[in-house]
Amino acid sequence: MKVAMTINGTSQQHEIEPRVLLVQFIREVAGLTGTNVGCDTTSCGTCTVLLDGESVKSCTILAVQADGAQITTIEGLAEPGTLHPMQEAFRENHALQCGFCTPGMVLAAVSLLQENAHPSEQEVRSALEGNLCRCTGYHNIVKAILAAADAAEVPA
Amino acid sequence: MSDIATTHATKGTIGENASRPDGGPKVRGEFAFSGDLWADGMLWGRTLRSPHPAARIIAIDIAAALRIPGVHAVVTAADLPASVNYGLEWRDQPVFATDVVRYVGEPVAAVAADHPEAARQACEAIDVQYEPQVPLLDPAEAAAAPPIHPDGNVFRQLTIRTGDPSARGPIVVEGAYEVGMQDQAFMGPEAGLAIPADDGGIDLIVSTQWLHNDRLQVAECLGLAPEKVRLSLGGVGGAFGAREDVSLQIHACLLAQRTARPIKIVYSREESFLGHVHRHPARIWMRHSAEADGRLVSFEARILLDGGAYRSSSYHVVANATCFSAGPYKVENALAEGIGVRTNNPPCGAMRGFGAVQVCFAHEAQMDKLAEACGVDPVEIRLRNALATGDRLLTGQVIEGTLPVARVIREAAALPLPPSPEIADPMTRPGGAGRTADAAHVRRGIGFAVGFKNLMYAEGYMDGSAARCRLSDGLATVTCAAAEVGQGFVTLAQQIARTVLGVEDVLLAPADTSIGSAGSSSASRQTWMSGGAVEKACQAVRAALLQHVADRHGIDPAQLTITDGRVTSTDARDSIDLAVADAAPGVVFEEEVEYHHRITHPLDDDGQGDAHVSLVCAAHRAVVDVDPDLGLIRVVQVATAQDVGRALNPLQVLGQIEGGIAQGLGLATMEELTLRNGRILNPSFTDYLIPTALDMPEVLATLVEEPEPGAPFGAKGVGEPPTISSTPAIVAALRAATGKALNRVPVRPQDIALGDGE
Ligand code: FES
Ligand code: FES
Repeated sequence: MKVAMTINGTSQQHEIEPRVLLVQFIREVAGLTGTNVGCDTTSCGTCTVLLDGESVKSCTILAVQADGAQITTIEGLAEPGTLHPMQEAFRENHALQCGFCTPGMVLAAVSLLQENAHPSEQEVRSALEGNLCRCTGYHNIVKAILAAADAAEVPA
Repeated sequence: MSDIATTHATKGTIGENASRPDGGPKVRGEFAFSGDLWADGMLWGRTLRSPHPAARIIAIDIAAALRIPGVHAVVTAADLPASVNYGLEWRDQPVFATDVVRYVGEPVAAVAADHPEAARQACEAIDVQYEPQVPLLDPAEAAAAPPIHPDGNVFRQLTIRTGDPSARGPIVVEGAYEVGMQDQAFMGPEAGLAIPADDGGIDLIVSTQWLHNDRLQVAECLGLAPEKVRLSLGGVGGAFGAREDVSLQIHACLLAQRTARPIKIVYSREESFLGHVHRHPARIWMRHSAEADGRLVSFEARILLDGGAYRSSSYHVVANATCFSAGPYKVENALAEGIGVRTNNPPCGAMRGFGAVQVCFAHEAQMDKLAEACGVDPVEIRLRNALATGDRLLTGQVIEGTLPVARVIREAAALPLPPSPEIADPMTRPGGAGRTADAAHVRRGIGFAVGFKNLMYAEGYMDGSAARCRLSDGLATVTCAAAEVGQGFVTLAQQIARTVLGVEDVLLAPADTSIGSAGSSSASRQTWMSGGAVEKACQAVRAALLQHVADRHGIDPAQLTITDGRVTSTDARDSIDLAVADAAPGVVFEEEVEYHHRITHPLDDDGQGDAHVSLVCAAHRAVVDVDPDLGLIRVVQVATAQDVGRALNPLQVLGQIEGGIAQGLGLATMEELTLRNGRILNPSFTDYLIPTALDMPEVLATLVEEPEPGAPFGAKGVGEPPTISSTPAIVAALRAATGKALNRVPVRPQDIALGDGE
């Protein structure tokens, strides 16, 4: 069947099988491999993307369910050659080691700050409960998110 | 090019928090993990695995699988052109099972198809007739049981005997302990792409810890010269020991050779749990005796490690567990017996801490028992027995390098404690908001533990690493096959090159087999071994550059030095002051070197010998809150002091400490692969739980810097110590809070609430 959605501002129309997951559509059909797959049970969050601005685990929904949606993946978060402040904060704060969880973490964090511009540390941790990281022990990730929130507070 | 007279210190050198060169690509989603690879015309490979822990294979019929549209090849053991076995250290593991299967998950066949779904259907269509056998599942029975493999059921039995093991002090404590099967559970599942080459060889891009060892095993099984098998490192999504053994490498290359098409294999999470080795489950008995003041008189241990169906690194895990079984304490009379056995359980091998983790859980429980029996504070009893430079290990080896055990104990104990539970946020009580514990019931406990282990491989292994450095007009390029698995070696390689050469622009060539082996990214060895190789290669280039400048000016190169990015002379009469970038315009300097550590020796019949290159230690203090009625746990804080030699990049060291503590917390309170009849019951992240951001305690860390003689820059590897003593510290805190014995990890809620942990 036919699905059409916008991924990172580019329209993607393709004929696909109904069982194709959104994450498969993003990775294999649209060829955007920044979105990772770390599990088969919707537990790890490495596949997190923004769907109409909200973070979702792209392995939990079918591509057809995202028909007509605006999707932002890690590749589309910032203009080419630039970094989104959240990406910059992760890089600055050594919030990654292997980096496999990073795209999902960054997008979950961006979505959190959209809903809650000034989260407490505990709120950040709760928001990340669905995103697993095996390398960092999370502290630098939390630090990066709080730093990005702080930086955004500075009046323009 | 002229430069201004003021000099600038080179940025990003040793000791600074230089940022990762792969940080930008990783936050942008541009970093290519091995599962992201793609080649024109590629096929998808998939593995068929045994559903039985022990069975005879009567027949394999692949005809139906081959008829499925899109299927290009089905291979079994019969298709291997050369060696049919592989193995990290010893080739005892069939690439595909032939007449028998020995564990649930053992590969039996592999297929290549033009779509993953066709590959899946083909695997289902392969008809394997099994005749199930009674599996050998209890490691305690393995040594005496009929062999389940031609190499027998004992991987290694090691006895360490020193002094008079029958000596007894007036205080005796004894205990039996158990450690469950932990998994490395890295986030990026196994993946690789094998591409057949025109010369009859294969190019394999794969996520691994050790390119050259994989290459050798692939070459042996495919009947190719090693030079014809070229490996390069695909982006690695964590490792922690699980990528030291070959997983899909040989399967993918065989299918590529067979079909003359590129083959991509990506494991699902479930297959990842089946397809790599785990941490050895252990049963440990120990008896310590001491003087009334707590000073150790004797130590006895019996350590049983279940290695599962194949050897992997069991031989050396037994050595580590036995050599370090007494912990970082002085004891003159000892008898320690370690044994690693073969069973029909999943194979076990390397995981962060490598044998030291299991025994640390036991010896630290014992030290607490001893403290109680002697009426001495747990921190004090450890200080009274702490090993130091000049002391002997159980193996008789005299500690020649630094080992600041007393100092890490004191520094960890001196870190501030968290606020008392009454004033804490209800969200942070055991169980969190959902299952809030009754605040009045919450009890706090504090526990302390110390651990140590070796760095690098041991027992005479000739370990080395190769590196190449090229310098041209101020741009340095470093080539080394060390696998970056997330630990940050790439950052260190740049920092080292900047420090030696005084340049800021350092490129890292891709890690591949075009250069000699760098050895494995394991045993906390790359900072030392490949760091040493990079340093040596850069030093050779530096010498060549200085020689070149000296020749041009007709002076002795010994007079020249590089400081703050400039070549200057130590003799004030020479007016040489050149930026490194301008010192030799158009000249290319290139040097390739090999680095080795000092020679070690095998252990003798009494387990005595100078077997270890260097030692490292750490201490952890844990604070927990527990609701004893519900069995709910919250680890509030872990404070640690770690022996790091010298912190080459303090921020990265801290990252290793926090990540390692997370894994130690996992083993203490939640992580275990549970088996029934040899089958892993929980091969998923819904059932194999690892710590989340909410589970992580506050971490306080002190880096103890006592440079290690002989180590490049005095630095020790830092990856493993955080996982060794964090687990026993947390369990000690749980014991303090609950009064339960808790002799097994992971500690489950029912162990606390229902008294199972007595
Ligand atoms: S891939 Fe793990 S949650 Fe989507
Ligand atoms: S950085 Fe490796 S999983 Fe998070």
